[in-house]
Amino acid sequence: MQNYLYIALFAPLAGSLFAAIFGARPKNVITGIVTSLLLFVSWLASMKLLGYVDEHHIVHVKMMDWIAAGNFNVDFGFVADQVSVIMMVTVTTVSTLVHIYSIGYMDHDRGFNRYFSYLSAFVFSMMILVMSDNFLGLFIGWEGVGLCSWLLIGFWYYKKDVSTKENPAISPAYAANEAFVMNRIADLGMLIGIFMIYWNLGSLDYDTVFANIGALDGSTITLIGIFLFIGAMGKSAQFPLHTWLANAMEGPTPVSALIHAATMVTAGVYLVVRSYEIYSLIPDVGYFIACLGAFVAIFAASMALVNLEMKRIIAYSTLSQLGYMFVAAGLGAYWIALFHLMTHAFFKSVLFLGAGNVMHAMDEEKYINKMGGLSKVMPWTMGIMTIASLALAGIWPFAGFFSKDKILETAFSQNHYFLWFMLWIGAGMTAYYSFRLIMMVFFGEEHYKKEGKHPHEAYPYVIAAMIPLAVLATVAGFFEHSFVEFVTQLLPEFEPHVSSGAFVFLLLVTLGIAISGITLAVVKFRNGNFDHFFKKLGVYDVLFNQYYIPDFYQKAIVEPYGKLSEFAWKKIDMKIVDATVDFIAAVIYKSGDKARAMQTGNLSTNLKWMAFGFVILLAAALLYRPGM
Amino acid sequence: MITLTHYLVLSGILFSIGLAGVIRRKNLLLLFFSTEIMLNAVNIGFAAVAKFYGDLTGQMVAFFIIAVAASEVAVGLGLLVLWYKRNGTIDLESMQEMKG
Repeated sequence: MQNYLYIALFAPLAGSLFAAIFGARPKNVITGIVTSLLLFVSWLASMKLLGYVDEHHIVHVKMMDWIAAGNFNVDFGFVADQVSVIMMVTVTTVSTLVHIYSIGYMDHDRGFNRYFSYLSAFVFSMMILVMSDNFLGLFIGWEGVGLCSWLLIGFWYYKKDVSTKENPAISPAYAANEAFVMNRIADLGMLIGIFMIYWNLGSLDYDTVFANIGALDGSTITLIGIFLFIGAMGKSAQFPLHTWLANAMEGPTPVSALIHAATMVTAGVYLVVRSYEIYSLIPDVGYFIACLGAFVAIFAASMALVNLEMKRIIAYSTLSQLGYMFVAAGLGAYWIALFHLMTHAFFKSVLFLGAGNVMHAMDEEKYINKMGGLSKVMPWTMGIMTIASLALAGIWPFAGFFSKDKILETAFSQNHYFLWFMLWIGAGMTAYYSFRLIMMVFFGEEHYKKEGKHPHEAYPYVIAAMIPLAVLATVAGFFEHSFVEFVTQLLPEFEPHVSSGAFVFLLLVTLGIAISGITLAVVKFRNGNFDHFFKKLGVYDVLFNQYYIPDFYQKAIVEPYGKLSEFAWKKIDMKIVDATVDFIAAVIYKSGDKARAMQTGNLSTNLKWMAFGFVILLAAALLYRPGM
Repeated sequence: MITLTHYLVLSGILFSIGLAGVIRRKNLLLLFFSTEIMLNAVNIGFAAVAKFYGDLTGQMVAFFIIAVAASEVAVGLGLLVLWYKRNGTIDLESMQEMKG
């Protein structure tokens, strides 16, 4: 079984290196095929491991010593247990299909080979992240996915910067840097958390840490939990570090599907689930996580209500769904969080891929108000996106229904009625904005004709790559029971207890708000645009400008920091540091210039200087006699 | 009575004469003479101190210096002859190729 683990881990790396060989060459479709095949191999190995772990085995390997300094020991160790194997299967499933999809999507791109190299490198980093058996390995994977995310957001780095009015993300390169810097801030918190774990427990291995964490005093555990969660907040784009995710949509759409919806952004949830032994000791922090999650769920959903950029809407939806996951994880329902993570990965990635099809067909048009009526030319994409949206909205029998409903039930059963209420409102918003998108893109007036565009359906194999995900988005919910049985071998069991009456009530209200959200969107947008409603409410501008938070960050943090940097550069660096160095150089240069006159080349003068030096040395020897 | 001091004073005087010669003279041959004077001044000092302490090390060093001085003069005079053949002069001023 060890070999399967290594295959699952290193096949993406092999693919990445292979594609990298062709990095600077013109497009060569072989790179896309080889990386996809290797991803498929990795998927097969992951499935094999899934079957093996299902028989109550855990594969735990130590590949080699990594760091051994004094009594600090970290191994390159990997583990395939119930949690990591679920992540492995989810990651490899989505990435294999996204790789195949990308062959079609990146067809005409000049960075074709480079793209596949980055994408496979991302999968490799993600596998390290989920498979590592210690916090340091997780951190390496964590940084690796951050790096690949940076590379891929800024994939079209040559696009020029534009004003924020034209494009809120300014440019791909700018968005990539923003994402990277935001994540650095959060990673600092995570590093402090890891340091504290080592400081207090002397080890970073999950097994050792979780076995001994209970022996620490409460405040230390709380601090560790908070710092680790700060790391999770950055990666999973929770408020207030959320602005980068929407701007990250500047990258190619398959990247958004894989990295910014299905896998990397869920790493924060994975971290909390993985560290459940820490978080179950500190329910207060857990409650805070749940509150933040519920806030983000509704906060992000509200921004999606009026936005006009197709991918941005889906990105806000991702934020909101991540909030749902954190609610579940914060309230101790770890398996529910993991379950929603998995179902979300399926339906959200396929939703993004559908958006990619549409935008590609519309010559990279990103505004949904310029689309409309596309269902006639893109029936397959329309069907798949509708399925994904139904799953996202949480309609029975689609996957999202099962997982999201469980989260609402959890909040309700623990008497957090306010959290439940927020999530409930969020569910309604989700249904509304999902179908607003569907209606504006696929139905209604055909704006694209005015733009003189000729959209066409995507390649058949591109559609074929989306179908498995669409199927999973439909049926994944029915695996709930086997999923519970599987992951609760490791994670604590949790079953929301509500009376059967309340259960039916919850089911009905939740379904009710989702369906009314959908109906509202369908009915209102069939007769044209409904956004004027929000304009009348006076909240349109606030929502459209993301509550002015990016502007606030710009004014309150970026600009003062820029001024501070300028001060440090012009005043401190130039006037003090540089001046000191320049002064030393000038002294040496000047004295050398003056002393040059000594070198007349005349032997007699040289001898005079020699005698002079000798006298000085003699005098020094006479004057300075140590020990006397 | 001739004491150690007398020898050392003699040695110092000879050394100063040699040093003055090295600095003042322009003729390469005289420069060699001056160098020899300085070396022998040191030899006198060594021999005197060795005698004073009854330690033969100083005399031994003096012999070494004589040997080194002899070989130095041999090499130096060889170079000097070569220089004279090439430039027709042994004046110090003719050697100014290292001017900075």
